[in-house]
Amino acid sequence: MEYFIQQLVNGITLGSIYGLIAIGYTMVYGIIGMINFAHGDIFMIGAFVALISFIIFGLTGVALPIILLLVLLIAMLFTACYGWTVEKLAYKPLRGSFRLAPLISALGMSIVLQNYVQVSQGARVKPMQPLFSGGLEFFKDSEFIVTVSYLQIFIVVLTIILMGIFTYLITKTDLGRAQRACEQDRTMTALLGINVDRTISITFIIGSSLASVAGMMFVLYYGVIDFYIGFLAGIKAFTAAVLGGIGSLPGAMLGGLLIGLIETFWAGYVSLEYKDVAAFSVLIVVLIFFPTGFLGKPDIEKV
Amino acid sequence: MEKKDIIQSFKDSLFTGLIALALFGPIVGLRTVSKGEGLFITPQWGVVFFLVGLCILGRFLININSARRTELKIFSTLSSKFSSITEDKAKHFAITGILFAVIFPFLPFTDRYFMDVAIMILTYIMLGWGLNIVVGLAGLLDLGYVAFYAVGAYSYALIATTFGWSFWICLPLAGVFAAFFGILLGFPVLRLRGDYLAIVTLGFGEIIRIILINWYEVTNGPDGITGIPRPSFFGLPFKRSPDEGETSFHLFFNLEYSTMHRIIFLYYLILVLALITNYFTLKIRKLPVGRAWEALREDEIACKSLGVNPTNTKLTAFAIGAMFGGFAGSFFATRQAFISPESFTFIESAIIVAIVVLGGMGSQTGVVLASIFLIGITEMFRDLEQFRMIAFGGAMVLIMVFKPKGILANRKPTILMHGDKK
Repeated sequence: MEYFIQQLVNGITLGSIYGLIAIGYTMVYGIIGMINFAHGDIFMIGAFVALISFIIFGLTGVALPIILLLVLLIAMLFTACYGWTVEKLAYKPLRGSFRLAPLISALGMSIVLQNYVQVSQGARVKPMQPLFSGGLEFFKDSEFIVTVSYLQIFIVVLTIILMGIFTYLITKTDLGRAQRACEQDRTMTALLGINVDRTISITFIIGSSLASVAGMMFVLYYGVIDFYIGFLAGIKAFTAAVLGGIGSLPGAMLGGLLIGLIETFWAGYVSLEYKDVAAFSVLIVVLIFFPTGFLGKPDIEKV
Repeated sequence: MEKKDIIQSFKDSLFTGLIALALFGPIVGLRTVSKGEGLFITPQWGVVFFLVGLCILGRFLININSARRTELKIFSTLSSKFSSITEDKAKHFAITGILFAVIFPFLPFTDRYFMDVAIMILTYIMLGWGLNIVVGLAGLLDLGYVAFYAVGAYSYALIATTFGWSFWICLPLAGVFAAFFGILLGFPVLRLRGDYLAIVTLGFGEIIRIILINWYEVTNGPDGITGIPRPSFFGLPFKRSPDEGETSFHLFFNLEYSTMHRIIFLYYLILVLALITNYFTLKIRKLPVGRAWEALREDEIACKSLGVNPTNTKLTAFAIGAMFGGFAGSFFATRQAFISPESFTFIESAIIVAIVVLGGMGSQTGVVLASIFLIGITEMFRDLEQFRMIAFGGAMVLIMVFKPKGILANRKPTILMHGDKK
């Protein structure tokens, strides 16, 4: 039982990270209907920016909460620049062309970003000293002590806060309304005087910022990153988005949590080596029974 | 050009520079280096300023150019040249190409390096043609094609090292195994639509790779399989000193021993395999099942109403595509004599899909051009090892941006009821 709770805690932490990345995928898919393959690499760049700023601020000796806040803002800002530029360079010229063209362009962009970071930052793994230590311990009198580290609490709380802000942004503001309108009908939205290009750009900026937060969490949680982390995290987050129902924002978060939980439980109870297989197998099984994911809208085929 | 325009484009360039500074500043400018215990930062501002300057200059030039309302000339001439290749010309082109490919090993400038590159390009052409059946004809986006390539390679390697059967028996077996895996995957997932199918096939490719890494007893894990038998020339091995009671190739034909014999044989082997794939595709396009693929690609609902069973039809496309992937895989295994899961990563799938889409979906000649172009680019950057993949990815983006339909767009149905209406 204690072991189960521990795995649950770990799974939720991992799931928060996947969920934040998945939102970027699902938003872009909702609005322009393409798989943004470079999103995983945007996440990786976010992790690198966070790592670099952690090192710089680590030298100044400022208090930890201020460092965290500063790194968070810096990572979001710089990573958002990447998201914006990628959209402008590789996807915008292809709007309105056939379905596979932006996908290939995104694949190319993903290869470029990965190798660009490999060249500029080196191919070796980058270790970082842990900033957080300690945690809360439960079930102290039993055999297996459940530890919830402060870092895990930080990750989950930060995710909840961001989700709150994000939900407010999408449901209550003009920007969110414009975004949802673009998802439904881009031509009509443009006719009503909304700048569609700008709305799409902002979508990319928001998605990249959330991915960069996930990147920062990844650096803190695992303590090592390299230029290749974006690939696996990216496809798992995309799996999460599909699992929850692509295009649906609560679905992305739910899918992220599910993928995180499946992965940790599989690693804890079945086999560590095949944890990635578990996530994909579950995806295949789920899609057979729910062809549009758990929370996706059933699509109506029109003739 | 007016003065206002110049100032405007100057401002725009400065803005580009600002963005470029934000992009390159942290990632290029602050390089993290491990020293002893921790990570330290080595600044390299020189490179950043060079890159930022390059961006500003580039943007300024593009702005001036577009203010004059002139297009970038190179691209427009290039694209008009390519689109002027009609079906008829494409046929001549194909014949010339095949002739060139046949005499290629005996051209005076051809050396070992050229042969290796040519074999690699031909392997990708074959994979591209195989995937073209799935993506180009049936319109199913398969991002895990490398899984079938891997299945082919591993089944050849395992059968050949365990039972010692010859290449010519293992080759069809590898194809059958790969096709079997295609059906296995296709059965549950082919009801999914476009992008869902893409992600599931991607996941399948990863599953196969993870199994290959972890199933130590059979696949020898990350260490891979070594000592895979080389192919023989219809029973005549390519060895300097053959075993007792065996005649090797150079003795049988009374030639001086040379390693090039084997390379040339491999070259012709993959050429023939690729051409078989091509011939098969061209023929099957005209059969009912091929026509059903193209019809499904264009309109699934119409097909259903006309009584075409979409799942079975897609399944045949998937299985046949997988089979050719398996053939290519067993060729890869026999050429390398060593395989490991390293060779079957997602990037390979991405390259093959890119070749099909960049070539222009459904165009057989386009696949050839795209393979030559993409593999050629990475080979040109061979000396700049680090930058070759950047160049590769950049080329993918550029081709898509300037020619979104691929180098040779050919989406015309093979057969039309009342002929071509043009």
